[in-house]
Amino acid sequence: MGYTITEKILAKASGKKEISSGDNIWLNVDVLLTHDVCGPPTIEIWKKEFGESAKIWDINKVVIIPDHYIYTKNVQAKRNLELLNKFANEYNLTNFYPPFTEKYKGVCHITLAEEGLNIPGKVLFGTDSHTCTSGAFGMFSTGVGNTDAAFIMGTGKIWERVPESIKFIFENVLPEYLTAKDLILQVLNDITTDGATYKAMEFCGDTISVMNMEERMTLTNMAIEAGAINGIIEADEITLQYLKGKTNKNFEIFKSDSDAKYLKEYKYNSQIIEPRVAKPHSPDNGDTARNLTNQKITKSYIGSCTGGKITDFINAAKILIGKKVCVDTFIIPATKQVENGLQEKRIGGKTLKEIFIESGCFLAPPSCAACLGGPEDTTGRSIDGDIVISTTNRNFPGRMGSKKAEVYLASPLTVAASAINGRITDPRDFL
Amino acid sequence: MQQKIISRAFVLGDNIDTDQIIPAEYLVFSLTKKEEARLYGKYALTGIPVQESGLPKGNIPFIEEDKYVTLFDIVVAGKNFGCGSSREHAPFALKMAGVQAIVAESYARIFYRNSIDGGFIIPIESKIKLNDKIETGDLIEIDLVNMRINNICKTTNYGLKDLGVVKPIIEAGGIFNYAKKNKMI
Ligand code: SF4
Repeated sequence: MGYTITEKILAKASGKKEISSGDNIWLNVDVLLTHDVCGPPTIEIWKKEFGESAKIWDINKVVIIPDHYIYTKNVQAKRNLELLNKFANEYNLTNFYPPFTEKYKGVCHITLAEEGLNIPGKVLFGTDSHTCTSGAFGMFSTGVGNTDAAFIMGTGKIWERVPESIKFIFENVLPEYLTAKDLILQVLNDITTDGATYKAMEFCGDTISVMNMEERMTLTNMAIEAGAINGIIEADEITLQYLKGKTNKNFEIFKSDSDAKYLKEYKYNSQIIEPRVAKPHSPDNGDTARNLTNQKITKSYIGSCTGGKITDFINAAKILIGKKVCVDTFIIPATKQVENGLQEKRIGGKTLKEIFIESGCFLAPPSCAACLGGPEDTTGRSIDGDIVISTTNRNFPGRMGSKKAEVYLASPLTVAASAINGRITDPRDFL
Repeated sequence: MQQKIISRAFVLGDNIDTDQIIPAEYLVFSLTKKEEARLYGKYALTGIPVQESGLPKGNIPFIEEDKYVTLFDIVVAGKNFGCGSSREHAPFALKMAGVQAIVAESYARIFYRNSIDGGFIIPIESKIKLNDKIETGDLIEIDLVNMRINNICKTTNYGLKDLGVVKPIIEAGGIFNYAKKNKMI
């Protein structure tokens, strides 16, 4: 009987030869991630439980990436940033990326990738539900709360239930009007927001094997939207290319055995999927962009760990070049590196930044910004009955700010096309 | 762990996500400074659209204005309770509001873990859908020994799923107490 990639990584991390799904096992953690919202309470719990002389199990394995509430005047948000500064100084943390300094990066999940902290075969826990994003690198990565994170910080260990895996196979080349976002929205539509609760979602097939790392991260990022414990993609040549020069750590690449057991398998022909949209107020409330053509919008938003990477902005710029948006359109790069990329990457002789400015978009510095609403003064936050189309990952009531607002989720291509027309638009109309 | 919990039920629908349990704008408050921490109770479940707050009728505030604690110590919900973000503030907010247990058809993983490992509230799975059989305001008894839920108002009762492998952690009152008890830390 073979094993899945997730089972193999968990077996290794638990020091066990054989494990099976449903087992509760204790794991040795390789990396612990936290940010400005959950970092301070995690540290408080850790101090309370381990005492004032508490020791971090391994300072090289704790990564703190403030990203959620950065460009705000909110007093408590500022206090959280100060607490993290103090903590990082006190313990000499090297993996700390403080805002308003040279070291600041932006959204944690993309920063992990850029900094070479996502490593195949390793185990990453983070105090953020989208920690599953890192699974794109063939590692086990998942979100936990502050108490679990505090426990890991003191011991380097945590319990986990070994999940069954569901396999998603995508075949054929992706047409130019589709992105990874369309694929994952299709999956969510089909399996619903609890379709993979406590399961591992494994993505494979020849569509995936030619996908770049950013697009792969869009898939694994939204595994949590189906309730999955983790999303995972086998590391391959593309992964190794991405990692080149980013890490000097040794690692092992795990692959699922051909006779590994899956709870279910879904097969998609990537050529016949349509540009997808998730309607309010749930990522599984799916439809095609075509069917929603009459739906007016008041705002559009391109950003976040899901839709704020350079590939996402290249896609948006392809549509926006030489066109004007007719609703407020926000461009929020996930990280500094992406922000720099906006000035380096060109389409038709123009930088992406020039394209966005000429088409009338607002650009803001990297952070989570309005992806999760945030304090009142957050850029791009939805107001009153706004109808937003967004490249982010969640559209529960109030997620982007106003409880009365409606949020549609779509690919950067669809969001850009919709911003031009002021109503939901299939990107094929502009390609 | 107590053997019985008796209180009025507050009934909710499916897919109650963490933004509805505690909207993101409140996450800046300290969880340990008393004055701020009690605000989590005040704002618990304020992200629920009013028409779905307290089913089947809706429009029932979970907490009365100017109050920090609810009259409903038991929340009854449908499937996928606690989906969304990893914020431990969610079970914490419910605890601060006075909630002791939740009975739902199913839970999202992180919320479930957080409730147990933080020792905040007991997340119990019902054997069948109950949020269409119990009404907000019904007096409910949860029997944690026999794993039954009794609706005292309607004299009906239903089975609950066993707490399973996490029971020792719930009994210890959270992962730290559990680890200390077992000399792991
Ligand atoms: S960008 Fe949005 S989804 Fe991603 S980590 Fe930030 S708040 Fe979470």
